[in-house]
Amino acid sequence: MSGNRFNAYSTHGIGIGLRIPHYAHIFSRKPVVDWFEIISENFMVDGGRPLAVLDQILERYRVVQHGVSMYFGSVTAPDPEHLRRLKTLVRRTGTPWLTDHLCWGSVDGTYTHDLLPLPYTWEAVERTAERVRMVQDFLEIPIAVENVSSYAAFTASEMTEWEFLTEVVERADCGILLDVNNIYVSSVNHEFDPMEYVNAVPAHRVAQIHIAGHSRYEKYILDTHDHPVIDPVWQLYARAIDRCGPTPTLLEWDDHIPSFDEVHNEAKKAARYLQAHAAQAAEVTQ
Amino acid sequence: MTTQPATLAEIQRAMAAAVMQPLTADDAMQTVAAEGRPMREVAESFIAPNSRLTAFERLEIYNRQYWYRVLDSLAEDFVALRRILGSRAFHRLSVAYLSSHPSRSFTLRNLGVRLADWLLANPQCAGRRHALAVDVARIEWAFVEAFDNADYPPLTVEQIATLDAASRLALQPHVQLLALHYAADDLALNLHKQEKRQTSEAGVQQEEVELPKARLPKLRRRPTWVAAHRADNSVFYLRLRREEFLTLSAIRQGLSLVDALETGFVGSRIPVTRRAAFVQEWFARWAELGWICAPPLESLYPDSPTH
Repeated sequence: MSGNRFNAYSTHGIGIGLRIPHYAHIFSRKPVVDWFEIISENFMVDGGRPLAVLDQILERYRVVQHGVSMYFGSVTAPDPEHLRRLKTLVRRTGTPWLTDHLCWGSVDGTYTHDLLPLPYTWEAVERTAERVRMVQDFLEIPIAVENVSSYAAFTASEMTEWEFLTEVVERADCGILLDVNNIYVSSVNHEFDPMEYVNAVPAHRVAQIHIAGHSRYEKYILDTHDHPVIDPVWQLYARAIDRCGPTPTLLEWDDHIPSFDEVHNEAKKAARYLQAHAAQAAEVTQ
Repeated sequence: MTTQPATLAEIQRAMAAAVMQPLTADDAMQTVAAEGRPMREVAESFIAPNSRLTAFERLEIYNRQYWYRVLDSLAEDFVALRRILGSRAFHRLSVAYLSSHPSRSFTLRNLGVRLADWLLANPQCAGRRHALAVDVARIEWAFVEAFDNADYPPLTVEQIATLDAASRLALQPHVQLLALHYAADDLALNLHKQEKRQTSEAGVQQEEVELPKARLPKLRRRPTWVAAHRADNSVFYLRLRREEFLTLSAIRQGLSLVDALETGFVGSRIPVTRRAAFVQEWFARWAELGWICAPPLESLYPDSPTH
């Protein structure tokens, strides 16, 4: 894997999310996994089993932290206690980079615990970029922001989502966690061409890629992370790899979680796109 | 005149208010917003429709997701309370509680932090089983705290032996002290076991099953003192004598050893001549369980400047 400064020039390949139903398998079978992504909030506690499990994982595997509640786009300042706990965890895991979502979810100290979409306005660009910078400075590691799936668009929006993402990451000078499933979900819900999105992303800033499955309803798609990855999403992934080069890739599976092997095998399908890219690159060199 | 949120802050406040408004009985978004305006008008003031969904329908997706997420989270932490009240009553209670106390924390772990106190002040939500429900809510919240609170290096028996009357100690943060109306700790544990069995045997998620009120064994009101604590990363409940509970509570409050013990034996029927033996036994047990630790420095010198 080739790295960049947004993922600390990492060599991480294909990883999967660390989930409780797989603990027994991981500790008894010790499977070969390139890296695990952990949900930071599950381990931002003071003691007990969560930290004991994490320490056991850290003895054997590389871990990257992924957060769900930093809410870079919220107008109210982040909770200092949240930042303090996050930094403590960053020191414990040694995560080479940290990801969270380009969204908002709290206002005036009240939390929705959802990844709510932002209106794509210049005001939101400025506020969000400022907050990413502040958190990045505080944590002293590279941050990559993830595009979210969304079901609503705002009348106030002044640009496309990919323009908004680009403006935020350029001003914050941060990385991108490109979730190609989220791009697909949003493209159906908002009726745009997902390939246009992938083609517009500043490729040199992509630190990591997420792949996942989703659920289709009559009038919209929900990002449920409870199915295998569908072909159109693999196509977006292939295009992202074409543009960004081999990039740390992670499969998310959060609901109706199948066996460890099933999840791991689904993630490893990404290898065929990475190998195809490597072969292509080798041909060009010759 | 239609109010249109213009700034990012206004949009976020308007959306949060709509998303956090309780759903109807059919899990739909309410047609009237809290401030009395039609919700359709509220949604259209900042959400754009598309060819398949109106602004109202798009906002409704988030409204549902919010409630499904927080209700699931609360149900997961209060399994026994849900069994005692039945799933319908628990659902009503949860909606009322979360409407009064929406999350103020970045983590869902803290969602139920005020539930027991809120339930105490809202007896109508628990009906005839009110006092029992409050006890069970306290027991289940104690589990959450005991599960992942800090565990500092405990004082050894040798260190405890060097303490004097003026010594101030601290309790491990994972030790949770409970004064209950009923001996409800065993009941809560049994209900947790039953719930596990039902879920695994049925092979379905908890939220998909509508549970009636559990049939309970006859329980008599009996003041009960319990400590929830963690050992080897598992949570246990331990019955305490009233005097032991009061002494531990006083230690937690930061009283000196002599004052804590005096507080512990207020109103006690234990003869004065036998008290020393009890204290010795308690300290031996606390040392064995690692419950006692040194207090944080700032609590010993509250007036000293901090850096």
